[in-house]
Amino acid sequence: MSLGFIERIIGPRVSPEEAWERSIRYGTPGFLLLAARILLLTSLFLPYWHMELQAPQYPQGLHMTAYLNHLTGDVVEIDGLNHYIGMRSLYEAAQLEREVGVFIMIAFVVLLELAAYIHSRWAVLLVAPVVLFPVVFLVDLQLWMRHFGLNLDPDAPLSNSIKPFVPTALGRGGIGQFVTIATPGIGLYLATAASVVLIAALFFHRRAYLPLVRQQAAEANDGST
Amino acid sequence: MKHAPIPIRTAVAASVAAIGLLAGHAAAQSMADVQKAAQARGLSTADLLAAAKTYTPSGMKDEFVIFSSGGHSGQVHVIGVPSMRLLRTIAVFTPEPWQGWGYGVGNDVLAQGNVAGKPNLWGDTHHPALSETNGDYDGEWLFINDKVNSRVAVIDLRDFETKQILKNPLTVSNHGLCVTPNTEYVIESSQYGVPFGWEYATMDKYKETHRGCVIFWKFDRKQGRIIPGESFAMELPPYWQDIADAGKLASDGFIFINSLNTELATGGVQDKKPPFEAGVSRNATDLLHIVDWKKAEAVFRAGGAKEQFGFPVIPIETSIAEGLLYLTPEPRSPHGVDIAPKGDLIVVAGKLDPHVTVYSAEKIKRAIANKTYSGSDDYGIPILDFDAVVEARVEVGLGPLHTQFGNDGYAYTSLFLDSAIARWTLGGEYGKGTPEPDWTLVHKTPVQYNVGHLGAVHGDTVNPLGRYLVSFNKWSVDRFIHPGPLLAQNFQLIDISGQGANMPVIYDMPIGFGEPHYAQIIRADLLKAWSIYPEVGWDPHKQRIDPMAPKKGMERVTRDGSTVEVWMTVVRSQFNPDHVKVKQGDTVIWRMTNLERAVDAVHGFAVPAYNIAVSLEPGETVTVEFIADTPGVFPFYCSEFCSALHLEMMGYLMVEPN
Repeated sequence: MSLGFIERIIGPRVSPEEAWERSIRYGTPGFLLLAARILLLTSLFLPYWHMELQAPQYPQGLHMTAYLNHLTGDVVEIDGLNHYIGMRSLYEAAQLEREVGVFIMIAFVVLLELAAYIHSRWAVLLVAPVVLFPVVFLVDLQLWMRHFGLNLDPDAPLSNSIKPFVPTALGRGGIGQFVTIATPGIGLYLATAASVVLIAALFFHRRAYLPLVRQQAAEANDGST
Repeated sequence: MKHAPIPIRTAVAASVAAIGLLAGHAAAQSMADVQKAAQARGLSTADLLAAAKTYTPSGMKDEFVIFSSGGHSGQVHVIGVPSMRLLRTIAVFTPEPWQGWGYGVGNDVLAQGNVAGKPNLWGDTHHPALSETNGDYDGEWLFINDKVNSRVAVIDLRDFETKQILKNPLTVSNHGLCVTPNTEYVIESSQYGVPFGWEYATMDKYKETHRGCVIFWKFDRKQGRIIPGESFAMELPPYWQDIADAGKLASDGFIFINSLNTELATGGVQDKKPPFEAGVSRNATDLLHIVDWKKAEAVFRAGGAKEQFGFPVIPIETSIAEGLLYLTPEPRSPHGVDIAPKGDLIVVAGKLDPHVTVYSAEKIKRAIANKTYSGSDDYGIPILDFDAVVEARVEVGLGPLHTQFGNDGYAYTSLFLDSAIARWTLGGEYGKGTPEPDWTLVHKTPVQYNVGHLGAVHGDTVNPLGRYLVSFNKWSVDRFIHPGPLLAQNFQLIDISGQGANMPVIYDMPIGFGEPHYAQIIRADLLKAWSIYPEVGWDPHKQRIDPMAPKKGMERVTRDGSTVEVWMTVVRSQFNPDHVKVKQGDTVIWRMTNLERAVDAVHGFAVPAYNIAVSLEPGETVTVEFIADTPGVFPFYCSEFCSALHLEMMGYLMVEPN
């Protein structure tokens, strides 16, 4: 008996009795996938990235916080200062990302939901984009910083004294009298935690289902010969 | 050739090194260094203690705030306690270019104070009155009077800006100003007797033609305005009414007003008649006015007032018939009439009597009910028998002027002639708080010099807080460097937190901007002032968004016939538009909005030749209007050093000649 395409993708099924008997073995991957979904959904409401600007005349500092779908903090003031060096308004940065951020997150949740039903190696394909998400976020951020920092308006008031530069996406930087401190937000930490949890989930997934997949393949082979 | 920009890293490194050195130095300091520095400057231990009580290092904020009258500066001054640092001058009756007051900002408010149709662009502010809730300051509004032209101003303490000026049509000069315990009314008492309505009369008919009055200005807290249509006045004899204070708690419903010239002296020194200073001081006593304002309000609402010069006035006969007005003898040449925290005692200080005279609210009420009169004055107003209403007399010293109250049963009276502040004990319930016997002079702290009013923290409310008292001295003589022959006044801070003779002067603050009279001291945390206007496009006069405010991206110049409208936004460091072209004779309506949201990002708008100076605080919208009658090219600029490119923040007004 050969396996159909769909069956090969969704992988072997475990009977309810067996799943109940070996609940740790078969429950762990699903539980971890659920935990990752909760982490990701929670991160939607939490800041992903902070930028603090310190300067003598701002004793409280200037603060900007990026969520997946919006910016908060002293963005207007920072934009006002940035106009001196000819940097575009921060509201123009990552507009697409901020618009689709929530939908991507929902898509991730759906992918993980599906991954919980797939007991084959194909589950990796569904989980991988979610695992890579924090890295993609940071790379995207750094690319935007680079783009903004290197494309300053040459007619700006201070274009003679401040040359194009690449602001740092994480860590300390400096521009004029400002010290900039960029730090990850709790949302990004949660997304990273979700990645770690997902890697663990894949490990336990493999441990639970790989023997079944091999057994299924062997049975299929036996049947065909 | 271009200059090389200063290497920022080097500058930063240098300042970091400098801070490091300073910090290192600070760590090495000891009390021996303090002693050495004190010796080098000849400072005593008492001086160092005073410094420790008052020195306010950078960034530390004051606990209390003084709202001081500005005297003939016509303004109000705001001072921190205990640092005695001037925080702000609030422009009121006098134009003030930093705030743009009268040069594009507040022109309409100043015009409300026109006298006989003409601008009077100064004032003589005397008695600030903070708004009260249940007899204590609430930090929301401030009222101030102008003695010279009998005007009253309303200041909003959200933005420390004058919102309204009122000129009553009856009298010419005023003196007293106070509020009722819930700020239902702002009460203005007239000073010098005059014919009502700015009419003419000769001095030989003074008694018949001249009058005093007390005006009850109805305050609407929601609108933040006095409502003239709901305000009324009471006609009073021309006795030169002076300071007024509103009763509270035990004396709630009454207003007490001093008077000086019960002699009805009219001067005439050039005709060999006694000068005012003698004529006005002839009688052994003057007359304290006791007004039942709640009854007066009812009489006014029932139509008991007669319209005079467009203002409802309750005639003296009505006041007598309805029992609104009583008199009682008081020490002569009185100034302060001050009501103790529980409202039960009324303290009057007469400058020519070494006593303070303390009246009992209870006894006054009883004397009114029992008609315990010793007679009536020439106008038929009943005079309550002095012995029936007086509670105590305390000899405090020479020239008593004004009294404030502490939190522990002490009262404090300024002594003009003695140049001292007297601490004395009240009796009754208050006496329990003080170790000394009741009604006794405890101590006199010398002040430098000639103290007029004095102010203690919440010292005229139902809840005085003690701690500090400020002696508002008229003369400084030898206290400060002489900046020419016009010397500063001297505000002296006195620590009243101790008991008995422990009440030292701990700071002198020179006042080089007019001669303040009264001042009130409020807890700083009761003030809820805005740091920036709540939203961009804010009209401070209406305290809401101006729908006509220029918006970012909508800047333009439009013309309709000979009227040019400018819609300008202002932000660091540019005016948009920065070219405004008009034709000679055009009417220019120039609207501008400060787009800033950063604290302290204020811009100015200074236009040469057209006498325009505007202050634009973050979010504020201002509209100025003028006729472009002078042709030429006029560089307008930002008059606040707003940014590193402040000098570049300018534009050109081009007025093309006909």
